[in-house]
Amino acid sequence: MSLETLIDLHTKNGNDEPVKYTGKDFSSDQDVRWCPGCGDYTILKQVQNTMPDIGVDKKDIVFISGIGCAARFPYYMDTFGMHSIHGRAPAIATGLKVSRPELSVWIITGDGDSLSIGANHFVQLLRRNVNVNLLLFNNQIYGLTKGQYSPTAPEGSVSKSTPYGSIDHPFNPLALSLGADGTFIARAMDRDPRHLQQMLLRTNQHKGTSMLEIYQNCIVFNDGAFELFTDKKSRPREAIYLEDGKPLIFGKNKDKGIRLDGLQPKVVSLTDGTYSKDDLWIHDEKDGTKAHLLSRFFDQHNPADEFRMPRPFGVLYAVDRPCYDEGVNSQVEEVLERKGVGDLDELLRGPETWVVE
Amino acid sequence: MDVKDLVRDEVTIRFAGDSGDGMQLTGSLFTNTTALEGNDLRTLPEFPAEIRAPAGTVPGVSSFQLNFGSIEIMTPGDACDVLVVMNSAALKANLSMLKPGGVIIANTSGFDKRNLNLAKYGEGKNPLDDGSLSKYTLLEVDVSKLTKESLSDSGLGYKDVERAKNMFVLGLLYWMYNRPLESTIKFLEKKFGKKPEIAAANIKVLKDGYHFGETAEIFSEKYTVKKAVIGPGEYRSITGNKATVLGLVAATRQSNLPLFFGSYPITPASDILHELSRLKNYGVYTFQAEDEIAAVSSAIGASFGGSLGITSSSGPGIALKGEAIGLAVMLELPLVVLNIQRAGPSTGMPTKTEQSDLLQAMYGRNGESPMVIVAPATPADCFDAAFEACRISLEHMVPVFFLSDGYLANGSEPWKFPKAKDLKKVNVKFEPPRFGESNGDQFLPYLRDERLVRSWAIPGTEGIEHRLGGLEKEENSGNVSYNPENHQKMTNLRQAKVDKIADFIPLQSVDSGNEKGDVLVLGWGSTYGSIRTAARELREEGIDISHAHIKYLNPFPKNLGELIENFNHILVPEMNSGQLVKMIRDKYFVDAVGINKVKGRPFFVDELKRQIKDALASNS
Ligand code: SF4
Repeated sequence: MSLETLIDLHTKNGNDEPVKYTGKDFSSDQDVRWCPGCGDYTILKQVQNTMPDIGVDKKDIVFISGIGCAARFPYYMDTFGMHSIHGRAPAIATGLKVSRPELSVWIITGDGDSLSIGANHFVQLLRRNVNVNLLLFNNQIYGLTKGQYSPTAPEGSVSKSTPYGSIDHPFNPLALSLGADGTFIARAMDRDPRHLQQMLLRTNQHKGTSMLEIYQNCIVFNDGAFELFTDKKSRPREAIYLEDGKPLIFGKNKDKGIRLDGLQPKVVSLTDGTYSKDDLWIHDEKDGTKAHLLSRFFDQHNPADEFRMPRPFGVLYAVDRPCYDEGVNSQVEEVLERKGVGDLDELLRGPETWVVE
Repeated sequence: MDVKDLVRDEVTIRFAGDSGDGMQLTGSLFTNTTALEGNDLRTLPEFPAEIRAPAGTVPGVSSFQLNFGSIEIMTPGDACDVLVVMNSAALKANLSMLKPGGVIIANTSGFDKRNLNLAKYGEGKNPLDDGSLSKYTLLEVDVSKLTKESLSDSGLGYKDVERAKNMFVLGLLYWMYNRPLESTIKFLEKKFGKKPEIAAANIKVLKDGYHFGETAEIFSEKYTVKKAVIGPGEYRSITGNKATVLGLVAATRQSNLPLFFGSYPITPASDILHELSRLKNYGVYTFQAEDEIAAVSSAIGASFGGSLGITSSSGPGIALKGEAIGLAVMLELPLVVLNIQRAGPSTGMPTKTEQSDLLQAMYGRNGESPMVIVAPATPADCFDAAFEACRISLEHMVPVFFLSDGYLANGSEPWKFPKAKDLKKVNVKFEPPRFGESNGDQFLPYLRDERLVRSWAIPGTEGIEHRLGGLEKEENSGNVSYNPENHQKMTNLRQAKVDKIADFIPLQSVDSGNEKGDVLVLGWGSTYGSIRTAARELREEGIDISHAHIKYLNPFPKNLGELIENFNHILVPEMNSGQLVKMIRDKYFVDAVGINKVKGRPFFVDELKRQIKDALASNS
């Protein structure tokens, strides 16, 4: 039993032949207006380049953003899009996805958008596990409003609104997402396009809310915020790329590993003969406890600490859990099945009537 | 003792008791029976503000007023003829609502020392025996004791017995007003289908209450209220919130669209969410959002996808939605915003009624963001107004405010419900797909038709991929534009589009009285019944007075200005400090005079009549 609405009748007209696209097909006719050198450019490019590989017709893709520099993103994608209001993209996307579950819905957001003004919607989206993809452009600064500290800016950050240094304790976006029971939690960076593309594909593949945090350099107001991880020289020591089923190895010559001592992660040397690869922590995307530990590799950088943790990139956590949009739709189907398509006259009549002659 | 059977045109009964005494149910059951008997009627439930105020105290009192008659009934009645009080607090809270000479039916066990103390009557004082009620006819009945006796063999526990005592009162009133018991018995059998012993006990108490009236010999009069002369047809009883729900569903069925309802619980709008969430097989999707902002935003998302997005709230919740509603104005997508107004400002008085959000609906958004506003006049009229709100929103791609209030939401009246086949069609067409590269012109999302309406271009449509947003749009293309001339043009266009809707709504008619004359009372919203009754009674007193009720508040009907010119005096009664009157004075440059009440309560007919007379006296 189903209710064939105007939307069903309308979309039947669509061209069902799978279309072959190139990245260029996804670029709109609008001039891109970010500051020259902004990390947003490469993210846009990687998204455009990934789109042909996700196997979805352009007409069925929707990008929804809030407010901020990143939020201009939908204008540059030749898909359906909406540049909405500050922080509310997850709520708008929820309404769209629940009512049109067949669409591929992408949320473009930033640290101010999703972790400050829209933090409530961000965590609610994750707990409901609406089947959408969320790209969180984290640049640890308010760019569009010209340089105030953001909810991910480290303590002590000097910005226009914190001339004496910020006193706010920052959010750890991945730990927050795990705390909200997110089912897909990953991190990438603008300066590693190949890895970013892989992560975009994984983000798209996952069913449920896919939260991909992308470290993005704001060249104008917060240049170099992530240099430690993005710079080719320091990256090997300071970043670790996670791969499912593989041991946690990093370092310039893959000379370091991470071992779990009970629940205590420890950086160990793989060259001094004490430990080998076989002693290391094997990454398991489905292990929530370990994902929590990984999300906590978040300390402020202390070069003096020889055993400091590297920052993890890749998929920290990916599990299946029923999606809200699917649940709503199957409940509607179930009720339709049980009760049949509602009869308007019956509804108007109600349970009890009387006749006046 | 001989019992006289007297005929009455109109009776007002008020049931009052502790929130745990089941007065709302008692009132509703009496209402149903009365409707089935063919009387015209109006009801007004009043709930305590606290969910569980301490039992026996004045803040814990819940009441239900019903006005029914063989004549046209348009209000729940100013004061009541009969006041039923289950305890001392109920008397204290409601005595002012009783007409001089009215009847009090008092449950004497609710006037024991404990209850009198809880109601703060003062040491050793009992209104039932200190002569303070001598203006009234006092009938004392020990309802608790009689119920206990009635159920002495039932084996039911104390709690179940206590709970049945409202049925005793109901039975007694059925006897007093010559009403049959059948519909209530059927209701009880159904309600307690799984607990037949409880059903049987309630029915027994109901019947014993009825027989008590016959045999107790404390009642010297009973009353008959004949059938009302209302138009022939099939009727049902309906509250404003229920009628609103039916209007929304009917409109989406008539347009064959899914209804997406994003909402956050708030008094007195929550019932709409409850009702809609049960109607999934009518293509209704409900989403209880994390907050008011997410509620409206989700509705906008659904509208972008081709559903009719609807959100509901009350005063403070509407304030929170403001920014998102502005986005819908900019996106030019359908969106219906239901505001079931309550008394404000801030949290105000959530369970009390007011009409103070009209100017908020008109102007309560940043920038110039005009919206359509419709307002229902009676509980049943919520159906038509909700239907119209949806129709206009869909056909004109514009967000629409629906301004109901607590009084309409919970009040009820008989409704000659329509047949689906007689409902208006709602015309919706999505922008068609464009195939192939050769297929010429680029799609322009903000291109308008002769009504200035842009097309609804939904995702999933080949060849019309486009981007919308809250930034100012370039005319036609919809691209972001900061061009000064363009902003002026788009501001004018958004306004002109709303103004043009005046061509697609009915003309304003006079509800009662002459088309031309001395006095025109202009009302909107839930004041309809009081104004209509007051105007009728004033005409009977020889005053040349007409009444027109505005349902389309933005834009106004095209002929409203002409209509106003036909009268010497324009009076505008509102449950606010003067909002419609401002709009009327602003638009038509007339010396309209406001009659205002901001007490969280509807206008009483007598009070309104007096104020109309006063206004005329000081104005001439
Ligand atoms: S302000 Fe920063 S984030 Fe914004 S566009 Fe410029 S560089 Fe990019």
